[in-house]
Amino acid sequence: MSLITSTIGQGLLWGILALGLYLSFRILNFPDMTVEGTFPFGAAVCVTALVHDVNPFLATLLSFIAGMITGAVTGLLYTKGRIPILLAGILTMTGIYSANLRILGKANVGLLNHATLLNGKLLANLPANFPTIVVGLIFAIIIVILLALFLNTDLGQAFIATGDNETMARSLGINTDNMKILGLMVSNGLIGLAGGLLAQNGGYADVNMGIGTMVIGLAAIIIGEVVYGDLSLTARLVAVVVGSILYRLVLLLVLQLGFSTNDFKLISAIILAICLMLPLFQKKFHVRKLLKRGVERP
Amino acid sequence: MSVLELKHITTTVNAGTSEEKQILKDINLKLNDGDFVTLLGTNGAGKSTLLNTINGSLAPTTGKVVLDDKDLTSLSEVKRAKYISQVFQDPKMGTAPRMTVAENLLLATKCGKHRGLKLRGLDKHMDKFSRETAQLPNGLNDRLNTFVGNLSGGQRQTLSFLMATINKPDLLLLDEHTAALDPNTSRGLLELTAKVVREQKLTCVMITHQLKDALKYGNRTIILNSGKIVLDISGEKRKHLTEDDILQYFTD
Repeated sequence: MSLITSTIGQGLLWGILALGLYLSFRILNFPDMTVEGTFPFGAAVCVTALVHDVNPFLATLLSFIAGMITGAVTGLLYTKGRIPILLAGILTMTGIYSANLRILGKANVGLLNHATLLNGKLLANLPANFPTIVVGLIFAIIIVILLALFLNTDLGQAFIATGDNETMARSLGINTDNMKILGLMVSNGLIGLAGGLLAQNGGYADVNMGIGTMVIGLAAIIIGEVVYGDLSLTARLVAVVVGSILYRLVLLLVLQLGFSTNDFKLISAIILAICLMLPLFQKKFHVRKLLKRGVERP
Repeated sequence: MSVLELKHITTTVNAGTSEEKQILKDINLKLNDGDFVTLLGTNGAGKSTLLNTINGSLAPTTGKVVLDDKDLTSLSEVKRAKYISQVFQDPKMGTAPRMTVAENLLLATKCGKHRGLKLRGLDKHMDKFSRETAQLPNGLNDRLNTFVGNLSGGQRQTLSFLMATINKPDLLLLDEHTAALDPNTSRGLLELTAKVVREQKLTCVMITHQLKDALKYGNRTIILNSGKIVLDISGEKRKHLTEDDILQYFTD
């Protein structure tokens, strides 16, 4: 039971990262590699602040702001510097590694006995793992609502149009460069925030904790899409969070099968590859039809 | 009043290299209010370059673009969108596939206006959008909530045209906007174009490769050949122009 509650809590926090990635990967329609630098950056900033006894709320906010900064750097390199987005992301990600080492002072910093968002007075009385679920739920709900509202504003629509058809967006007077920078800032802000929250949840920040985060975020997005199919944009945001939880449950299952945590990255990659190929399989083998027939048959 | 003036426009590409080429050579042109120009020329004559110079996606090497006494030369394509709208040749280029017809129209309505954190208010515009689309061919008004990616090429192009004209632009640019459509749909959209340009009294430049269309529509015809205007004709003289006459201007 405690394994499942811990998984759900983790899934919610990773869902915030997936929501951030959704903005760049699905709405702006490009792969932003900054993620793998932003995530540990948010964690490093948050943990360092907490170690210096900064208020946990403020420390968490700092991880969001830290993420926005890395997003802005990638955005500027991409739009004003005309560097291809993949390379721009990789450059920022590589640079942040050194920044993280500087901020943390060493490769790994623990949070032992320091106040965090998750061990505050209100949450401390809850059973194990529930503080994570409560905090994760609160953040996920607020972020989904804010994003849904934003995407329905004039600015949000211009943002969506930029990812959907840049030529058209420009011809309709939308400054697409600004939209991309804005999108990357919000996206990475959320990813930094996820880094800060997960560091508080895990009790440490590590310079290498970013490796593989892109795959985890994408897996959450794609699983959400595979499970729910065609949805409105708002429902899609919820599906991303649900996808993140499902993905964690799949990992838990795999772990129960006897794999070690060392195999996680490989398993993550395999799961994502399978999910990405699902539409192809469906076409080739009519999986849906087969499933449907199997269910309908008495 | 919408008057477009091009003053000494020259466009040189690959300047300073052995590939240096002058695409537009000292173009001087004045479009009067309500002019509907059909622009002809062989491939490589500079028609698209001229259009891109007007819409701002390409900066001229020398010269000025002036609209209603405003110098637009240094304004970006994005800033010019307030005054100038365009329909592209490719139906996919003028619309956003993952947004609905109504959402696309709303984007066009907000063109040139401030886009802030105010809710978009799509419902308030739905009546207007169904009225506007009801006057168009190919049943767009039944599909306001359809994703544009699910429309046919003809429907997408009709939508692009409505988006380009919904705010009554000072200048409308049409870059072979019916070339990718089947003959029937193409004629339908051309008739619609003529009607809207006439009713809204738009100033319009239309690139076409169909000599018949170039003579049938509009009030003025301009032919480009190797970066120069070789014919600029309107009024009575234009009525007597034949397709064979035009072809003479196409050769060097």
